[in-house]
Amino acid sequence: MAEKKIMFNDAMEQLEEIVRQLEQGDVPLEQALTLYQKGMELSKICHDKLQNAESQLVTMMKDGKEVPTDIEMDGNAK
Amino acid sequence: MSTDPYLSVKALTKYIKKKFDADPHLRDVYVKGELSNVKIHTSGHIYFTLKDNVARLPGVMFSASAKSVKFKPESGMTVLIRGDVSVYEASGQYQLYAQSMQSDGIGDYYLAFEQLKEKLAKEGLFNASHKKELPRFPKRIAVVTAQTGAAVRDIIITLYRRYPLADVVLFPTLVQGTGATQSIVKSIQAANKGEFDVLIVGRGGGSIEDLWAFNEEAVARVIFDSRIPVISAIGHETDTTIADFVSDLRAPTPTAAAELAVPSQAELLERVSNYRSRMYRVVSGTVNQQKQALNRYTSSLPLSYPERLYRPFIERVERATESLQRESLQHLKRSQERYRTLDQQLKSRVPLQRIRQSETEVAELSRRLDYQLDQLLKSRSQQLSSAIRTLDALSPLKIMDRGYSIPYVEGAVVKSVSQVKAGDRLTIAMKDGTVQTIVNEINPANGGD
Repeated sequence: MAEKKIMFNDAMEQLEEIVRQLEQGDVPLEQALTLYQKGMELSKICHDKLQNAESQLVTMMKDGKEVPTDIEMDGNAK
Repeated sequence: MSTDPYLSVKALTKYIKKKFDADPHLRDVYVKGELSNVKIHTSGHIYFTLKDNVARLPGVMFSASAKSVKFKPESGMTVLIRGDVSVYEASGQYQLYAQSMQSDGIGDYYLAFEQLKEKLAKEGLFNASHKKELPRFPKRIAVVTAQTGAAVRDIIITLYRRYPLADVVLFPTLVQGTGATQSIVKSIQAANKGEFDVLIVGRGGGSIEDLWAFNEEAVARVIFDSRIPVISAIGHETDTTIADFVSDLRAPTPTAAAELAVPSQAELLERVSNYRSRMYRVVSGTVNQQKQALNRYTSSLPLSYPERLYRPFIERVERATESLQRESLQHLKRSQERYRTLDQQLKSRVPLQRIRQSETEVAELSRRLDYQLDQLLKSRSQQLSSAIRTLDALSPLKIMDRGYSIPYVEGAVVKSVSQVKAGDRLTIAMKDGTVQTIVNEINPANGGD
């Protein structure tokens, strides 16, 4: 997740907060538009992250070090 | 053999012990009775008395055998013991040496389970207040289970399908058989040293013996001490272990544990698009509202016919300009007339005569001023020389020249006999020096005071 600095859960929580703020209804127009724009960016980040989530990093602890595991996942992963 | 007809105690006891040991019935006995006087030595040996309502039999179980007893022997329990009977020579007692011990009635595993459950419940390890909350979006998940088998596959595949954003780290762990307890404890401790948001402890189904490590106190304690929230998924839905009670969340199966650990990607996607449409609805609503308001204002009368707004002002400006021009013209005329009158008046009264007269007066006055100044200087100069002469005549030095002298006592001029008394030291200043003297006698003059 090096290409996007924001973490998924932070993005999701910010998005939720923006929706909540907007739905409270007393946001001035300029701010509403800014929030909307920011919300759309966050929603795209969340969406992309979920859609294009790279293969899950499955590792195994061996002698205190993480090594890739050889567990087969029915062709769903890797 | 000695000729002595008397046996030693040792020899007799040995003989009796041999008899016991030779008896095949006593070498492997199965005996059922009630435990009493149970004492568990720190070494792990268990000492007890086995009894029924008629007889009592002392017994011992050495720690090597005692380790395999699943429950904690307590007085009052009815137990099935397999062992042998022999003589303890030091006390001359025969006793039952137990190899194995099982509880009668309910199963040993069940008993041990109930005992530990009760103990840990009393300590509060299962209290809801200790349960940690699970993170909504875990970034790193630790999985403590066997490296092979269905459980690990179920967990990892489910995690991957639901939420590929999280990293999963497997801690290969022995989950059954000898060493399983230690292996589970070690893995959970190792996971706690890393950065993990949630920890899944799991294994697939099996017999109660297979799952037994998860009923061990050490495992319960390490789960309780875990800094990371623990989801337990041990055995099938119907299996319950001590680990399940103490963990922060119990999942019925390993797959369920993975489902509980992470949110579903599909649900999240739906939620994101739901947020999107909600945001859009709110913002487009606001924009429309403002648009309508703007329309209302622009279609209002003053904004539709702007000239009506400034027409009255144009009229006022025109009127004001007219009256300004009129007024200033009149003002100019009046000023010109006034100037003309004043100019004529001025020309008719040129004051030449007065100037000449004043010139003469000025000359006269300056002449008088010079004279007065001269007089004043002369008079002041005379006053000064007269003052110098008077000052000289009054000088005390001049007076001393004529033979007067000045007595001082303690720095003060003596003006009266009352200022001195006999014995005082006087300093007498004369024109050319001073004399020190001592007062001998004082004679006030007549009428003096």
